[in-house]
Amino acid sequence: MNEKNSSYWYKRWTLIPLIFVLVLIGVFAKRLVDIDNNKPASYIPTVLLNTLIPEINLDPLPNRGKGLNSEHLRKKLILLNFWGSWCGACLIEHELLMEIKRKNIIPIHGIAWRDKPNESINWLKKYGDPYSLVGQDPESKAAIAFGVTGAPETFMINENGIIIYKHTGPITEKVWLNDFLPLIREYK
Amino acid sequence: MASLTKLLTPLFFIFFVISHKDALSVEPEEMLKDPQLEERARKISKLLRCVVCQNESIDDSSAVIASDMRKMVRRKLIEGQSDNQIISYMKQRYGDFVLLKPQFSLNNLFLWFSPFLILIIGIGIFFKNKFVDNFEISKPLSEDELVKLEKINEK
Amino acid sequence: MIPEIGFFTLSLSLGVALIQSVMPLIGLKKNNLTLMSLADNAAIMQVLLLSISFATLIHSFISSDFSVINVYQNSHTTKPLIYKITGVWGNHEGSLLLWVLILAIFGGAVVLFGNNLSKRIKAAALSVQGMIGLGFIAFIIFTSNPFERLNPVPLDGKGLNPLLQDPGLAIHPPMLYLGYVGFSMAFSFAIAALIEGKVDSLWARWVRPWTLAAWTFLTVGIGLGSWWAYYELGWGGWWYWDPVENASFIPWLTGTALIHSLVVLEKRDSLKSWTILLAIVTFSLSLLGTFLVRSGVLTSVHAFASDPSRGIFILILLLITVGGSLTLYAIKAPKLDQSGVFSPISRESSLLINNIFLATSASTVLIGTLYPLVAESIGIGKISVGPPYFNMVFIPIFIPLIILMGIGPYLPWRKAKIINIYLNLKVVVLLTIISFVLFFSFSNYKLNDLAGCAGITLSAWVIFSISNDFINKIKLFKNPIQDCLNRARNLRRSAYGMMFAHIGVGLLIIGISGSSAWKQELIVSLKPGEEIRIAGNRIIFKEINFLNASNYQSLMGEFYLVEKQVLMKPERRIYNQPEQLTTEAAIHSNLWSDIYLVIGDGPNNEGAYTVRAFFEPFIPFLWYGVLIMGTGGILSLTDRSVKVTPKRSRNNKAVPKAGSI
Repeated sequence: MNEKNSSYWYKRWTLIPLIFVLVLIGVFAKRLVDIDNNKPASYIPTVLLNTLIPEINLDPLPNRGKGLNSEHLRKKLILLNFWGSWCGACLIEHELLMEIKRKNIIPIHGIAWRDKPNESINWLKKYGDPYSLVGQDPESKAAIAFGVTGAPETFMINENGIIIYKHTGPITEKVWLNDFLPLIREYK
Repeated sequence: MASLTKLLTPLFFIFFVISHKDALSVEPEEMLKDPQLEERARKISKLLRCVVCQNESIDDSSAVIASDMRKMVRRKLIEGQSDNQIISYMKQRYGDFVLLKPQFSLNNLFLWFSPFLILIIGIGIFFKNKFVDNFEISKPLSEDELVKLEKINEK
Repeated sequence: MIPEIGFFTLSLSLGVALIQSVMPLIGLKKNNLTLMSLADNAAIMQVLLLSISFATLIHSFISSDFSVINVYQNSHTTKPLIYKITGVWGNHEGSLLLWVLILAIFGGAVVLFGNNLSKRIKAAALSVQGMIGLGFIAFIIFTSNPFERLNPVPLDGKGLNPLLQDPGLAIHPPMLYLGYVGFSMAFSFAIAALIEGKVDSLWARWVRPWTLAAWTFLTVGIGLGSWWAYYELGWGGWWYWDPVENASFIPWLTGTALIHSLVVLEKRDSLKSWTILLAIVTFSLSLLGTFLVRSGVLTSVHAFASDPSRGIFILILLLITVGGSLTLYAIKAPKLDQSGVFSPISRESSLLINNIFLATSASTVLIGTLYPLVAESIGIGKISVGPPYFNMVFIPIFIPLIILMGIGPYLPWRKAKIINIYLNLKVVVLLTIISFVLFFSFSNYKLNDLAGCAGITLSAWVIFSISNDFINKIKLFKNPIQDCLNRARNLRRSAYGMMFAHIGVGLLIIGISGSSAWKQELIVSLKPGEEIRIAGNRIIFKEINFLNASNYQSLMGEFYLVEKQVLMKPERRIYNQPEQLTTEAAIHSNLWSDIYLVIGDGPNNEGAYTVRAFFEPFIPFLWYGVLIMGTGGILSLTDRSVKVTPKRSRNNKAVPKAGSI
């Protein structure tokens, strides 16, 4: 029996490397498709989705009302946008944010991340100010608490302070229509 | 496909502009006075991955966010948090991605144990197949083998 | 005009590759010698065509012909000539062209040295080489044409990444490719053997030198890469278990296994299907490395600019090459006759265990490298596998291998007596234990001291064991000295090769364990005139200078190493073409340890600069280890058994028969 068994396996084990390689090639193919769908290897999915927002308490920008703390984020459905005057990609979405404000669709709070307060203020003066409240985050305390990797990054937070959506990178027209708007409508 | 990628690549680089500053990784001013705490900070930093870099720990990285994460680690050390508390704080924020040493969890069972499993299987095959009953040289050399051996020895 | 000639010859070589891959196969089927020998001509033709093509690309770089996109993107008029040339392979397209050129050269070598091979085996192997060439030349032509033109012609190029403008990195890629592509020889002959259904010691004899050569190149290539990372990147380390580093290390491990299993196949006509599998796997892993570096599926410190369409092309190539060869393997390997029964304590058994451990360690690195990809694909989530994992898993698997390395050489073929091993090794064991006690008693009795001493003791074990074996072989201390010298002279080169390679590994381990156990690091804010102390060395920061070179500006610190009385000048450079910041570490080596200085940010408000000082003990042993290992490879290659091969067709009529059916 032993003899027969071992010869059976001897004839079949040569298939193992092939199977292994085919599985691996499948994995690679899936990754390549993912990369093509705008999920490069550097893309990190958020783990904070559907969790309570972390506690933050940020100072205001000079001469721009009060700062921003977690309490402000728990009142109603809002957007929280991480941005900075150094951030080129933030300009891509800026027009859209301004329009959201004009049309009063949803309040947007901003976090001036890793920026000099004066430069943030000048930037807002130059390009327009879409935010209700703005807090400054010079040492990335809020950014790390929210697991932010780059700017712009936008969170949607409901009245209970739960993160219901997050978008990494500039909000384009398409992203707004496909991802944000349906969620907002659903909520109202 | 290529054109799509060409379009997307610059986008991805735009939001990561922040990551390069004229700096080395750990700077003297961010280091803690207490050498023991500082040593722990370095140790923890080596276990955390810089989230915007290619493949570096925050200890090695000169990216701004890595530097801020290092400072956060040090602040928490001063507050008296334990190494594990700090690491799991980062994990809560950035997920398993931030851990350079993957957790021992059910999901990672394969990662941690397969090498040893392979070794055991290998050694198993070694003992099973090769000498079922042949502790001694079982068969004498064939004619053919002898000729070959001769040739080899000639050289 | 000249780039067009390059592209034309490249296109021609695609046609020739097609002929080289198809015709011999038809010849094999019809048993037609003329068709089979067509492969020889095609292989030589390939070398010619691709050399011309590569030469024209070099010409475009030297003459700074910016009408060629590749030159524009990777070169600049002010760049030194040497880096204009090395810039040819400092980019994706050019490095691929070098890759296929090297492949063609190996193909040509089959024709040149393969007179004694069976016509059928040779034709089949050349056909396989032709197919690999076909795939990669098509890859270049359709996705990565280095000769593509640009209109209008820019005035100057974008320049080469300054990190790559470095002698170490100039020769690192060609070495690595010679290694990777060198394994294609073992691969092609493995496929040929599978097609012909015949694997024997003669086959092993032919494949072994090529594998050894590839291994030697890869060893030196990886060593150079590490050395470059050490002195150029300014972080004081030399290995990070980065995916791209691993991609070169995995085939090195399986290639090392292959060298050892080939010995068993040659001497005992055994381990056939395993050896064939190793030959296939080693080259496949080299291809995998190419894929990982160029497709963007992984994040790594040193990947090429990636492009999914290229990724898909290489993936298809991988599927055909690896999938195809493993399918053939799955069908044919069980039919290879098994022979050779091993005694558990014998040379062949020890080599088999060596293979089990090497294969396991290669799997470990492979699993660690690819696990994040797999985890993400099956929905476990995004995870990272970093150096802590590899250190924890790889090292325990590798240690028994090193211990075995000290025993293996004492085991005779077929059957060993345990008592003899004991008698041979008792002095070595004693010396090893004494040296551990000695090392440890001089240390501070901390955990890192224990680890470091254990590592160095492991190397001591290997080095003592091999020295002892050598002493036994030449009968030193037993016979008169003249006799010993004669014996030493008569010892085979391959025996010396083995000793060197193993001692090289021993030195490497001294470097690895010593540097990781006792490295010291100091990060300070320092003003000129102030001083620091590291590992008992006084270092005075004398002054700071600003320099303007033709292609960079530099901030240079002058440090005086008091005890050694040397000046060290670390720099911080800003290159202008392309604009990039680099750190040039200053390294002072006393042949067993280095002082490593990096100057950083500054001056701050108080006029201080960030200075990082490292004490790097035993680091030089890494480079000695690699050199000695490489020397071992070369010594083995000059063994007379290797030279004998071409002559055999004249001397020994019986041999060609062995390979043919």
